[in-house]
Amino acid sequence: MKQDFDVDALVDDLAVNLRRMIEAEALVNPALVGICTGGVWIAERLRTLLRLEEPLGELNIAFYRDDFSRVGIHPTVAPSRLPFDVDNRDLILVDDILYTGRTVRAALNELFDYGRPRCVKLVVLFDRGGRELPVQADLVGAHLKLGQREHAKLIGPENLALEIHRGRG
Amino acid sequence: MHAANLQLDSHGRLRHFLGIEGLSRALLTEILDNAERFAPVGDRAVKKVPLLRGKTVANLFFEPSTRTRTTFDLAAKRLSADVLNLNIEASSTKKGESLTDTLRNLEAMQCDMFVVRHQTSGAAEFIARQVAPHISVINGGDGRHEHPTQAMLDVFTIRRLKHDFTRLRVAIVGDVAHSRVARSEIHALRILGVPDIRVVGPKTLIPPRVETLGVSVHHTLEDGIRGADVVVMLRLQQERMQSALLPSAHEYFREYGLTPQRLKLAARDALVMHPGPINRGVEIDSAVADGAQSVILQQVTYGIAVRMAVMSMVMATQSLAQGGNSGASDDD
Repeated sequence: MKQDFDVDALVDDLAVNLRRMIEAEALVNPALVGICTGGVWIAERLRTLLRLEEPLGELNIAFYRDDFSRVGIHPTVAPSRLPFDVDNRDLILVDDILYTGRTVRAALNELFDYGRPRCVKLVVLFDRGGRELPVQADLVGAHLKLGQREHAKLIGPENLALEIHRGRG
Repeated sequence: MHAANLQLDSHGRLRHFLGIEGLSRALLTEILDNAERFAPVGDRAVKKVPLLRGKTVANLFFEPSTRTRTTFDLAAKRLSADVLNLNIEASSTKKGESLTDTLRNLEAMQCDMFVVRHQTSGAAEFIARQVAPHISVINGGDGRHEHPTQAMLDVFTIRRLKHDFTRLRVAIVGDVAHSRVARSEIHALRILGVPDIRVVGPKTLIPPRVETLGVSVHHTLEDGIRGADVVVMLRLQQERMQSALLPSAHEYFREYGLTPQRLKLAARDALVMHPGPINRGVEIDSAVADGAQSVILQQVTYGIAVRMAVMSMVMATQSLAQGGNSGASDDD
């Protein structure tokens, strides 16, 4: 089922708040880095809305996940692409849904294999709680209240929508 | 049991990588797609991903090799595995230790993967049948049988530069009879749908009944490479030149050496490939080896990504077999 969120409006609000954050924290030429695949869709929109000059970075964290020993290699479409120098850069990491925090942990590890950024901010469209690691977002579009067996997924890249379904078992 | 079956688990996933023969197009494509994902790792500041952290890979080289061993070594290290390089010729077998005892010792050292290079055909398969179930074996070349990662890096190079296998003309030139590279390559090209595969060389170096593999045979270089999109030159082994199979290196170059002039007979944008190490002035002219159409050094670079793909795939299969498989959470 689809949840009643106007995702486009949430992204617009997120862009406004991100603009404020960039100014308040005096970030210099910040580059957006989306986590594949939902995070890339959001980052792309934010970049257009904020008219940021830096090209978009895409992170595919398949090689950095902590569940290789349980599930093997995750099938994914594209490799990571960071078309700018990461060293000393202000980065804004973007994901669609923040849950356990393990994806963000993996993304940070991968980012540091490209260089040493000056700072990394975390922006997420949805925060559904349930953290297993000490990871918090700097900006959140909306909070979700979900049961443990419920799964949330962003549908896109055209007509962004949030899909919620009851999980297995 | 056929080696193709031994290589796969009950779900059709790659468990060992022993030979190309008998594998499916889907599986070869999966290897190529994974290699494509690993290729950019080599261009980064930190040329390493943590996928095989804590795994131990033993390179068991019973036969000398520089390129294959170093690229397997690098591939394992770029996956964050620990690597043991064992030059077995020089160590235990000389002291009279049997192969089985060597393997048992490596198992006791809790290795997870053996990369095997051996002068005897079937050696990697033999070892795969001997080892404990949690160990994967990768064939780094066995006798005249197969050299599957070399074939995969060749087809990876071809796919990157020519894109579509189904309209290609590929000529394999030289000592096909004694070449495990040629055997693996013919299988790989066939499985991936290349319609025109030619083997080119003197009668003494072309194996009998090779046509049954789906290739055409040519005994002059001019005839064999005419219109070819890819020309794969094979290394002429020193011992072949000293044997009665060939008159001399000089003579061989005159008949089968790839010169700039002869290369003009191939397609205008034909790729020149060679598994290395090259014998300049024997099978290939320096002007061709170093020329614009040569992709010999790209093959070396791509070889690392292809070996990373194969290593991570067999380790993933092992992980799934040893429990796990609880399904990924889709939204964390």
